[in-house]
Amino acid sequence: MTDKTTPAGATAARKPAAAQKRRGWDRGALGRRLGALPTPVKVLLMALLVLLLYALPLLDLPILSTPDTDFGAVLFTVASYVLVALGLNVVLGYAGLLDLGYVGFYAVGAYTVAVLGSFQAQLSWWMLIPLAVIITTISGVLLGAPTLRVRGDYLAIVTLGFGEIIRLTALNSAWLGEARGITKIPRPPSLELFEIPNLSWDGFTAFVDLDNTTKFLVFGVADQAPYYWLALTLIFLVLGADRMLRLSRIGRAWEATREDEDAAELMGVPTFRFKLLAFATGAFIGGLSGALFASRQGFINPISFPLLLSILFLAAVVVGGAGNRWGVILGAAVVAYLPERFRGFEEWRLLVFGLALLLLANFRPQGLLPPRRTRRVQAVEEELDALEEGTARA
Amino acid sequence: MLLEVEGLCVNYGRIEAIRDISFSVEEGSVVTLIGANGAGKTTTMKTLSGLRKVRAGTVAFAGKDITTMPSHARVPLGISQSPEGRRIFPGMSVVENLDMGAYARPDRAKTRTADLERVFTLFPRLQERRDQAAGTMSGGEQQMLAIGRALMSRPKLLLLDEPSMGLAPKLIQQIFAIITDIREQGTTILLVEQNAAQALRIADRAYILETGEVVREGSGRELAADDSVRAAYLGGDV
Repeated sequence: MTDKTTPAGATAARKPAAAQKRRGWDRGALGRRLGALPTPVKVLLMALLVLLLYALPLLDLPILSTPDTDFGAVLFTVASYVLVALGLNVVLGYAGLLDLGYVGFYAVGAYTVAVLGSFQAQLSWWMLIPLAVIITTISGVLLGAPTLRVRGDYLAIVTLGFGEIIRLTALNSAWLGEARGITKIPRPPSLELFEIPNLSWDGFTAFVDLDNTTKFLVFGVADQAPYYWLALTLIFLVLGADRMLRLSRIGRAWEATREDEDAAELMGVPTFRFKLLAFATGAFIGGLSGALFASRQGFINPISFPLLLSILFLAAVVVGGAGNRWGVILGAAVVAYLPERFRGFEEWRLLVFGLALLLLANFRPQGLLPPRRTRRVQAVEEELDALEEGTARA
Repeated sequence: MLLEVEGLCVNYGRIEAIRDISFSVEEGSVVTLIGANGAGKTTTMKTLSGLRKVRAGTVAFAGKDITTMPSHARVPLGISQSPEGRRIFPGMSVVENLDMGAYARPDRAKTRTADLERVFTLFPRLQERRDQAAGTMSGGEQQMLAIGRALMSRPKLLLLDEPSMGLAPKLIQQIFAIITDIREQGTTILLVEQNAAQALRIADRAYILETGEVVREGSGRELAADDSVRAAYLGGDV
C-alpha cells in the first residue's frame, strides 16, 4: 500500500537536485568556498578578521574613515548599535515580538549608570555595569509580564508607550535629573599598560605616526578607541551567548512561538514564559549597550533617548534581516555608519531611510541577510513557481 | 473513561459557542464529533487542548480535573492535538517539525529514532521530504505532518481536528486508513469531522453537534444507519 501511495519515481528524481539547490541558497558561493577550507586556515582567517576589527581605529583606513568625526568615536557608535541590534534581534528576530520601545531599555541601562554612579550615589564602574543590566532585565520582566499577554499590534503599541514613559519619567523626575540631565558619569577605570602608535595617511601612503599614539588602556575623552575595544569585546561575548541560546531548546521554543504561537502551545511549549525570557534577554543586552553609552558619553539627558532611536534600532534589525545575527550586525553597521561617513547626508538621514526601507520592502522584504529559514522557504517557493511556469508553457 | 466532559460551556465574547455539552471517550476507542460548520466542533477541540477558556463545566482526563490547566501543561499528561488547518511550523523542515512534537517529552533524545521511525512508517511521504521546509509542501503532506507531529509526544489521547479538510478523495481514504492504524497501535482518538460518512465508519462512538449542543449520540454504526442522520449529514444515500 505504501508503494502505491507515493509517486516514488518523480519525487526521488527531483529530490537531490532540489536539496543541492537549497544548500546553495543557504550558504552562497562565497560561504561554500570558505566552508571547503581546512580548519586551521579557517581559524587563521577568523583570527585575522578579529584582529582587523580591533585594529580598525588605529589603521584609520582612508576608504572607511570618517573625515569630519573622530573615527574611533564613530566605531564606538557603530559597535553600540550592533549590540542593541543583537538584543532587539532576540526579541523581534527570534521570538517574533514587535518591540517599538526598545530605546526604553537602552535608557534604563544608561540612567542606572548615571544615577547610581554620579547623581545619587558614587558606585564604582565595576558595580554599575552589572547593576545596570540587572535592573534593565528586571524592567524587561516588569514590562513583559502584563503586556506579553496581548499579541501583535497591541504589543507594538504598548511597547511604544514604554519607551516614551521612560523618557518622560526621566524628564519629570528631579531624582533623575529632569531636563538638565546627569553629568560626570564615571568612565571605565583605566589601566595604562603601553602605547600603540596610530597609522597616519598622506593620500594613499601610510606611515606610522609615533606622536599620535593610543594609550592602552586609558578611557579618556580625546581618544575613543578603548571604548570601541570594550564594546567590541562585549559584542563577541554576546555573540557567543546568542549562538548558544539559538541552538538550545530555548531557541527552538522561540522559533516555534514566532511561527505559530497556538501550535507551539500544543507542542507543550509554555509560550508566555519563553516570550518573557526573550524580553528579559533583549532588555539585558539593550541595557548593557545603554550603560556603555552613558559611561562613554559622561553626560546624558532625556533628549539622548528619543523615540526616533527606537525606530533606528528597529530599522537596523529589519534592514539587516531579523533572525540572522550577521544580518542585524550588517544592518546596525549600515544604519550607524553611513550617516557619519557621508556627512551632510545626516540631515537627510530620515528621508533616505524612508526611501531605502521602501526599496527594501519592495525588492528584498526579508532584509539584506535574511536567516536561513526565510531563504529556504523562499528558495523552494521560487522553485515551485518555476515548475509551475514550466508546465504552463508546456 | 480516559476523557470525560461534563456540562461544558464556552463563549466567544457574548456568543455561546458551546452550550452544556457532555461526552466521554473510552480508552482505546475512536470517538467522533460530527456536525455542520459552526456547530462548535473546533471550539470543543480547542477547549480540550486548553486554547479556549471554559465558562462552565468540567473536563477530566484520566480522572484528573484539567478544566483550567494551560495548554502546554496538558501535553505531558498525554493529550496531543493535530489542529484544524494543520498549523505546522512553515519555516521548519519536516524533521524539525516532528522534533517540536516531542518537545515536552523528557526522554525524547532516547526515543527519537524509534518515534521518527514510527511516523515515517505511517507516512512514508514524510521521510522522502524530511529536510524540506514544511510550508512548501502540499496540503495533504502538511496534514500528514500535523498528525505525525502530534504522535511524536506519544499521546494517550490524540485529538484530530478535521484531518480530511481540503484533501483529495483518494488522500482522505488514506488518512482514515492511517487513523485506524494509529488506533490499533493503542492510541485513543477523538476525531472531529465534516466528512461524516468516513468518520462514522471508523468510530466506536459518535456525537452529533448542532449549534453548540449535542443532539444525538450512539455508536458509529447506529448513527450511520439512522435515516435522519443520513438525510442531514450523509447526503441521503451513501
